[in-house]
Amino acid sequence: MVENRPFAQFMAYLTLALGVVIVAFPVYLAVMASTFDTATIINGNMPLVPGDQAAENYNRTLLYGGMHARQPVGGMMFNSMIMALGIAIGKILISILSAFAVVYFKFPFRKTAFWIIFITLMLPVEVRIYPTYKIVADLGLLDTYTGLVMPLIASATGTLLFRQFFMTIPDELLEASKIDGAGAFRFFKDTLLPLSMTTIAALFVIQFIYGWNQYLWPLLITTKSSMQTIVIGIKMMITTTDALTEWNVAMTTAVLAMLPPVLVVIFMQRLFVKGLVETEK
Amino acid sequence: MEKRAHISGWTLPLLLILPQMAITVIFFYWPASQAIWQSFLREDAFGLASEFVGFENYVSLFEQPEYYRAMVTTAIFSSLVAFFSLACALLLATQADKNIRGGQAFKTFLIWPYAVAPAIAGVLWLFMFHPTLGTLSKPIKAIGIDWNPMLNANHAMTLLVLSATWKQISYNFLFFLAGLQAIPKSVIEAAAIDGAGPLRRFWTVIFPLLSPTTFFLLVVNIVYVFFDTFGIIDAVTGGGPAGQTTTLVYKVYADGRLGGDLGGSAAQSVILMIIVIALTAIQFRYVERKVQY
Repeated sequence: MVENRPFAQFMAYLTLALGVVIVAFPVYLAVMASTFDTATIINGNMPLVPGDQAAENYNRTLLYGGMHARQPVGGMMFNSMIMALGIAIGKILISILSAFAVVYFKFPFRKTAFWIIFITLMLPVEVRIYPTYKIVADLGLLDTYTGLVMPLIASATGTLLFRQFFMTIPDELLEASKIDGAGAFRFFKDTLLPLSMTTIAALFVIQFIYGWNQYLWPLLITTKSSMQTIVIGIKMMITTTDALTEWNVAMTTAVLAMLPPVLVVIFMQRLFVKGLVETEK
Repeated sequence: MEKRAHISGWTLPLLLILPQMAITVIFFYWPASQAIWQSFLREDAFGLASEFVGFENYVSLFEQPEYYRAMVTTAIFSSLVAFFSLACALLLATQADKNIRGGQAFKTFLIWPYAVAPAIAGVLWLFMFHPTLGTLSKPIKAIGIDWNPMLNANHAMTLLVLSATWKQISYNFLFFLAGLQAIPKSVIEAAAIDGAGPLRRFWTVIFPLLSPTTFFLLVVNIVYVFFDTFGIIDAVTGGGPAGQTTTLVYKVYADGRLGGDLGGSAAQSVILMIIVIALTAIQFRYVERKVQY
């Protein structure tokens, strides 16, 4: 601390507290809305303290869904979970293997291979959305988990992250393991993998959130309501004719949709920050 | 950078890199090249035949007033969101950087909106500012504004900017805080000894030293507004009212899906790709400079 100014300290608390309130207020409203019935919300005088419909709302939403999207939100959450886990695990798997190949081997076209992967950093799925859709359709992968996951695990972030990390591992480790007579597989399993655990966990946290929150891609390739994810499910609940929207169900769904990724951020904060800062380098 | 020691053999590394290569080629290069190829074709009304039309799709795109409007909308939307989310995040980060008790708790409470999906963020803000039932619409109406984001384009844009900013503050906050903590305390103390007050220290010492972070975040935020806000727009306004909040990315989606104009949609995709590549190139030039610095 450069100097002690009680007033500055006070202002810091005030600003931060105000920031926290602004950040939390929309979510607080959603949580409150999930404890009332539709009529209370529709008339525009929803109280700011919890109502008594929470059990009813969550029960109905999870098991039966709303009037318009007659799909139990529990099922949607299951789909989201498969997609998020598939993307996170798939990305880690293919990128740790390719980074291992690029860093620890010398093979023809190694540089070319690296660049081919690297350039994909620049093309988010949004810019090539219809051709990708067509390919997935031609492969017969619409309305499948494979179709949901596969196109999204192709990206350079993971490979770059692992490459960066492998470069910091001293060469002596490989030399020692060679002297001990270990092959490539042993070196990977006994040396590289244990050292990479933190990086893997950090990447997992970031990719889980990324996968859970996907919107455009599942919106396009799921036609059956049984394949919907929770993030697109909520859109179906908000009808354009206001009178028909079951806001209590919609907001209950919103709370349920936020829960898994928010819990991941709060309880794995250290890994989350590490993953976020390092994947952006 | 190169490793000194290597494992010998060719087949194993090729096998290891194969899964990523296969997925990258099938789901990146193939569709991207399809997009480029399609942008030079025109399909007939039934999608049965297509003919090569050169740059005609691009020409007709630039003749559409809607396309210019989408460009202007995107520009306004990204500059507003980038400005407000960077400013709010910087304010919060400078306060959190002060040695105050409970700083860690504040940090946790400020970063979790990162985990909220853009579409969900949009729904939350729509609910809060809903014209008939929104909790915060009543005070707005009480001061005499006929608040209705469903019908008024300015209100719709305001709502989009608010939700997109809300979602992005946490990200910027984290990076600003990391940037602030990396500034050596001795520099700030030296400025204090020279008699510079807190505000002056901020603008003449801290802010310039923070400029690499700010610039990096600016690029990231623009990319964020271009692509990740798709969910917010689709959930809150659906591009309306009357197409007034349709951004470039939203237009690619709407033209291809609802209009079925695949050639025009592909041409728009190609233009977007060029914009992204330019932005990424700018970012990488900056990263190199940071390494020297």
